[in-house]
Amino acid sequence: MSSGNALQDLADRIVAQAKSGEQVEAYVSRGGETSIRIYEGEVEHFVSAQSESVGIRVIKEGRTGYAYAGTLDESVLSEVFAEARDNVQFGSADEWAGLADPDGVEKVPQELWNEELAHFPTAEKIAIAKELEKLTLATDSRIRIDDANYDDAYGETAFATTSGIRAHGRENGCYVSVGTLADDGDETQTGFGFSVGRTPTEFNLARAAREAADRATRLLGATKPNSKRTTIVLDPYVTAQFLRVLSSSFSGENVQKGRSFFAERLGESVANPLVTLIDDPTNPLAYSATDIDGEGLAARRNVLIENGTLKQFLHSSYSARRGQTKSTGSAVRTGGTPGVSCLAMQLVPGTATQEELIAQVSDGVLIQMVQGLHSGVNPISGDFSTGASGLLITNGQVGAPIREFTIASTLQRMLQDVVAIGGDVDWLPMSANGMSLVINDVTMSGA
Amino acid sequence: MSTLSELVGKETIEKVLAKGRSTGAGFSEIFIEDKRSTSAGLDDGRIEQVTTGRDRGAGIRVVHGETTGFAHTADLSEAGLLQAAEAAAVAAKQGSGGVVTVALGGIDTHRVNDVQILPNEVPKTRKVELLERANEAARSIDQAVVQVSAGYGDSVRRILVANSEGVFAADDQVRTLFRVSVVASGDGGMQTGYDSMGRTIGFELFDLYDVEELAAGAARQAVTKLKARPAPSGALPVVIKRGSGGVLFHEACGHGLEADLVGKGASVYRGKVGEMVASSLVTLIDDGTMSGEWGAIGIDDEGHHSQKNTLIENGVLTDYMWDYLRARKENHMQSGNGRRQSYMHLPMVRMTNTFVINGSSEPDDIVKATKNGVYVAKLGGGSVNTASGDFVFGMTEAYLIENGEITEPLREGNLIGNGPQVLRDIDMLGNDFAMGNPGTCGKDGQGVPVGDGQPTLRVKSLTVGGTAT
Repeated sequence: MSSGNALQDLADRIVAQAKSGEQVEAYVSRGGETSIRIYEGEVEHFVSAQSESVGIRVIKEGRTGYAYAGTLDESVLSEVFAEARDNVQFGSADEWAGLADPDGVEKVPQELWNEELAHFPTAEKIAIAKELEKLTLATDSRIRIDDANYDDAYGETAFATTSGIRAHGRENGCYVSVGTLADDGDETQTGFGFSVGRTPTEFNLARAAREAADRATRLLGATKPNSKRTTIVLDPYVTAQFLRVLSSSFSGENVQKGRSFFAERLGESVANPLVTLIDDPTNPLAYSATDIDGEGLAARRNVLIENGTLKQFLHSSYSARRGQTKSTGSAVRTGGTPGVSCLAMQLVPGTATQEELIAQVSDGVLIQMVQGLHSGVNPISGDFSTGASGLLITNGQVGAPIREFTIASTLQRMLQDVVAIGGDVDWLPMSANGMSLVINDVTMSGA
Repeated sequence: MSTLSELVGKETIEKVLAKGRSTGAGFSEIFIEDKRSTSAGLDDGRIEQVTTGRDRGAGIRVVHGETTGFAHTADLSEAGLLQAAEAAAVAAKQGSGGVVTVALGGIDTHRVNDVQILPNEVPKTRKVELLERANEAARSIDQAVVQVSAGYGDSVRRILVANSEGVFAADDQVRTLFRVSVVASGDGGMQTGYDSMGRTIGFELFDLYDVEELAAGAARQAVTKLKARPAPSGALPVVIKRGSGGVLFHEACGHGLEADLVGKGASVYRGKVGEMVASSLVTLIDDGTMSGEWGAIGIDDEGHHSQKNTLIENGVLTDYMWDYLRARKENHMQSGNGRRQSYMHLPMVRMTNTFVINGSSEPDDIVKATKNGVYVAKLGGGSVNTASGDFVFGMTEAYLIENGEITEPLREGNLIGNGPQVLRDIDMLGNDFAMGNPGTCGKDGQGVPVGDGQPTLRVKSLTVGGTAT
């Protein structure tokens, strides 16, 4: 059996070696990246890299073993298979362990591969990054450049399983980013800007430059605010980060294992009725759009919260079997066994601009950047505390910059305390979209 | 398992280095890595799976003027390496530099870590047993413990570095790690506990430390926090327990003392060598030679021997940390801080084991001298903006201090401060130094293992990011 594709053939060939009583999955991939960094008009580094990997999962009598290698070299493949088989005996028997079964759900076709990018000349990639550095420098005399970068990557993957799943895909993408430093006397503040495209011709360099300069210069002269309860307006980029923090609580596996504060709350109100949150990797606007999940099933649209009511949890084939339900096509691969995660979170936007939202706030803070979401937020307890910087809002107007403070609440309360959602949707290079978001009654800690 | 110098011969390495300079570049380097790792995870009472991995390849770096070209390959044949060298050479410079030859001397194998039991020679059943023991120990602490996850990991990382300036060095880095996380559930919802241990040694880690004790500690942390009240909001004195807060220095000044960030003017500590940047109590060291510690290395990932470097002495900034490129640019000595995540990454300036040495105060006296404040027994991760100096770090186990006594447990949150200010505000330093938990430091998308440590200390004012006013 030949598919005409070398990776798929390789995956098929591995799976064909399964012995009686063994379930086997082969996940093979290869890819490459270009990373160009410009500093003071010159190429600081140029990275051109190829990589490949194979992961083999073996399940026998409910026990799972896994092994991987960062090469597709034939001599290593047999070692990987043997290791995965050897590892099986050490796993505990789990009645729900198993591979995904084909479920008949059709893939939503996605344009994940761009030919123009695949053939884009290297010299032009360098020129684009240099242009971004130049444009950013020209925005403001107080601005220096930390670095200006062009990055692209492509990847090709193939799955095969003894349960009959065969899936093959490839994708590529590119982005530019710039980091800025703004100086005023002894004080330095930083900013960043970026632009994402399926091809470099889609970049908006001027906007990236402007945002990178504004983020840094706006904070010059910032002071530490006094502690108080306040209303926050999250910038779209911060909203996307906030949504990502919620992701693990929608995992059916986390619910089953007692790690989600949403457990037992299906059908209940968990958020302000303004909030409708979906996970939709089939939306081509999403940076993380995909046609298949981490088990080779079709990716699909799942409604998580509708008008404030918790509608469903997400499942891989494992958590679906365990919960006597169906996979929602939400498997992700981080290590060996597939996990469950949101793939492309999207908060349904409102209509107001950020200015209009701010105009409604008599006393609050526009949060421009957050720092330490990984150290101060616990998605299991829901405790939320993060460092932040931004601009004071007084009587509907943005005013003085502030920094070195935290904002704190709990995730459970913040969802209920959402009072407005902007229409200023931004599709960011992460697995959540962003728009301005207004949340009441948050504690700001400062001086 | 064959050594790397058997896998790739010296003549091949010399050819690759020469090829790297064939377009006229002044410097070429090959970094070869062969890493085998084993991990095993327990969750929800079951051994989920044992995973073994193998990552092997070479990264080739070519530097022409201010431009670095880099390519990597998993193909360690001479043809594969030469192809990567050519890609790196073209990336650094288009052109022709004529024929270059590179000749290397004998290989310098430098080790600071003493490994007794290679983890890949230990039966996997023994690794799995550790997980089961930890699970039982955590669950036996209290009925409120509802979930336990435990992880075991080991890696044997062999590296070989050679460059066109004659560096030809090798090291084996063996690391063993164990972690436990616990969820406890009560009337007020769920709370978590976490602890880990890891050293740059082999399986003898488990002769030195007890996984049951580690697991019981994580479980007690989660159970204690069920009764925790919201952390205060605002500026307060903060006492940080020994061995829990090295991350404070890692963020408050460690990153800001990395010469690449300083060189780009992206550090608040630029131009401050010789100046008082901290309380005179503070002497800060970065030491890659501390045998067995999580950040210990024989050579860095540029082939330079690890060193013990004094960064701040009695409050005065003495030096930054350096890698090859930044040292060359500023005509400074390398300091053994050029590190990379893997052969697929470029090296840059990184910390190793970063710590503050003992002061003279009794730890109990530090608490007694604090009327009202926060006592942090366990810190989580952190991050810093080196240009502004603002940094945060999380407290995963903390208590109120009331009238000089440690009282009620607090819920989690971040602390925020400004590096230079916080260093000046350290007003008491204990005599009870200890190293902290094994850490992974992230910079520019790369993670490397680092250690940290400090005695019990007090910062006279830090902003605590809780909700209680």
